Amino acid sequence: MGIRYFTFNDVLYLLDATKWTLLLSVIAFAGGGIVGALITLARISRIRALRWFAMSYVEVLQGTPLLMQLFLWFFLLTLFVPVKLPATLVAAMALTLNASSFVTEIWRGSIEAIPRTQWEAAASIGMSRFEQIKHIIAPQAVRIALAPTVGLLVIVIKGTSLTALIGFVELTRAGQLVSGVTFEPLRTFSFVAAIYLCLCWPLSAVSQRIERRLHVGRTPERGA
Amino acid sequence: MTYVFQFGEVFRYWHWLQEGVAVTLTFAIVAMILSVVVGTFGALARRSRHRALQVASRIYVEIIRNTPFLVQLFILFFGLPAVGIRLGANLAALTGLVLYNGAFATEIIRSGIQAVHRSQIEAGLSIGMSRAQVFIYVVIRPALEKVYPALSSQFVLLMLATSVISAIGVDELTSFAGHIQTTNFRSIEVYVVCICIYLILTLILRSGTRALGAWLFAYRRRSKLAHLR
Amino acid sequence: MSVVRLNAVRKRFGPLEVLKDVSMEVERGNVVVIIGRSGSGKSTLLRCINGLEPIDGGEIFVNDRKLTRDERSLRVLRREVGFVFQAYNLFPHLTVERNITIGLTVVHKMPLPQAREIAAQVLGKVGLLDKLDAYPDELSGGQQQRVAIARCLALSPKVMLFDEVTSALDPELKGEVLKVIAELAQDGMTMILVTHEMQFARSVADRIVFMNDGRIWEVGTPEQVFSAPKTPEMRLFVSGAL
Repeated sequence: MGIRYFTFNDVLYLLDATKWTLLLSVIAFAGGGIVGALITLARISRIRALRWFAMSYVEVLQGTPLLMQLFLWFFLLTLFVPVKLPATLVAAMALTLNASSFVTEIWRGSIEAIPRTQWEAAASIGMSRFEQIKHIIAPQAVRIALAPTVGLLVIVIKGTSLTALIGFVELTRAGQLVSGVTFEPLRTFSFVAAIYLCLCWPLSAVSQRIERRLHVGRTPERGA
Repeated sequence: MTYVFQFGEVFRYWHWLQEGVAVTLTFAIVAMILSVVVGTFGALARRSRHRALQVASRIYVEIIRNTPFLVQLFILFFGLPAVGIRLGANLAALTGLVLYNGAFATEIIRSGIQAVHRSQIEAGLSIGMSRAQVFIYVVIRPALEKVYPALSSQFVLLMLATSVISAIGVDELTSFAGHIQTTNFRSIEVYVVCICIYLILTLILRSGTRALGAWLFAYRRRSKLAHLR
Repeated sequence: MSVVRLNAVRKRFGPLEVLKDVSMEVERGNVVVIIGRSGSGKSTLLRCINGLEPIDGGEIFVNDRKLTRDERSLRVLRREVGFVFQAYNLFPHLTVERNITIGLTVVHKMPLPQAREIAAQVLGKVGLLDKLDAYPDELSGGQQQRVAIARCLALSPKVMLFDEVTSALDPELKGEVLKVIAELAQDGMTMILVTHEMQFARSVADRIVFMNDGRIWEVGTPEQVFSAPKTPEMRLFVSGAL
């Protein structure tokens, strides 16, 4: 394929690649939610070893670059898994684990924001630890966690762009490919950025709106 | 198949890793300082009485925060030459980091300025200061102090984000990891070592910024001690 | 000659009219105390004189210069009008000395050594010379308020405005602040005070202004106003306050 112009076909190609960005984001977000929930439980567990594990887990995933994590998983999986894995799987796994660390941080923070007295009140009416979490703590924590959790979706979507660097063809990688043949990187990447903006801006706005409403709703309660 | 880990193969290239760390830290520190400047102006623009400035600041923040850093870098490095702006890899990377982090700094510093009580501004005005003087002498320092913890976390995130600039060929730690790996083929060892280095950097930066904060805002500590006396 | 002159000043916050047609004059060396219920517009009036609140009607003159919304002229005016706040409003990140010198060096462009001399002088006046290097947090409320007065005094204003400066203080700390103000009055400083301390008002004021419902309701010497109130509102206020 020789040099050619940025055409409508390229637009279609980029939009098609967006599908993969979305799919990867959804997997990472859902997977991150599940893994994150488990790690959160470990993080607030009464067993010290579990707490310690959860803490280190978060510390390592949040204290190192996502790009490095992607590379490491990429090489680990290609070396130790005998069958050739699709890049999708590597990407999904790395992003899921990374997202789960964010989830843990957000949910732990939200749970800690619930006054100690709520636990005590729940315990005083004879609830087990699990029942306390399920019926009393979690429903309240969800309210607080909602805005940052939606915000996390933006972080996850943006994070998928790094999988381009291990060769997974999603939106950013598609942009590289298109700009490679059209030699119109400015137009191509601007268009790519615009697609990301369309995906992320509404989510950011929703997240901010939820947060504002939560604050407005809570202030009088606190004052009283 | 058994795999024998050979970390010695990685440490043979210790000088590369050292250089990588130096470059990573340099980018992180320089970009952080510049993005606090950008963030201060961004926050000022956001609070300006001119609607155009407010809108410009808002759009800047939203665009940067809602697009991936990697794509921003590609636009700066591969895209801008199309309009005659040719930035070298280093300059493009620094510009990208500052623009990216500056958007987050804008939001953080804006919230800090908002947290400075109106009465402080009035006190400044009442002794005849201009609005600019009030901002410089009365508002900005307490504002930055209030958001110092948030800026510190942002600094760590920025340092981690520098790994992405390897994608446009800047030779920092992530790049060197790649170089070593293509030289000795001990990819897993290299990345494990580098991840550990990043983790250590994160921990060092965290305690470093804490110490710096205690020194910068020494009057806080003094007054706390005074209550104990 | 009057230092401050108000002519038919009006001020509203949204639908609420806080100042309705307020006119008054303050002569050089006079101490005017404004009293009245909370919400009667006293503090707003004071804030208008310093340009902290823009007015919606009428005019305010300080030293025969008309107060406008223009930044620059407002700044010139504020060099001559000192303001002491209810909550002190000291700058928490600066030492006591710097709190005082900052206006001199930044606004008046005075060299620092000279500014420090003045700081020492005014701090001596309020009896806090030993607190030069302290930070506001390290001082009691009464001490902070005295520093705030010193900060104001350092700029040698033509008139000083005091906005309920003892309201935030514990009873035992009010005395030290009131004493400083009384001394300033003795030195001949022109002052306008808003206060709830009626005994103090009575002893220090040349003239009492009673505000009610956004208007100046009654004016007179402390004797006239407190001992022989003319309006029923003032009578009621006096009986409740004294």
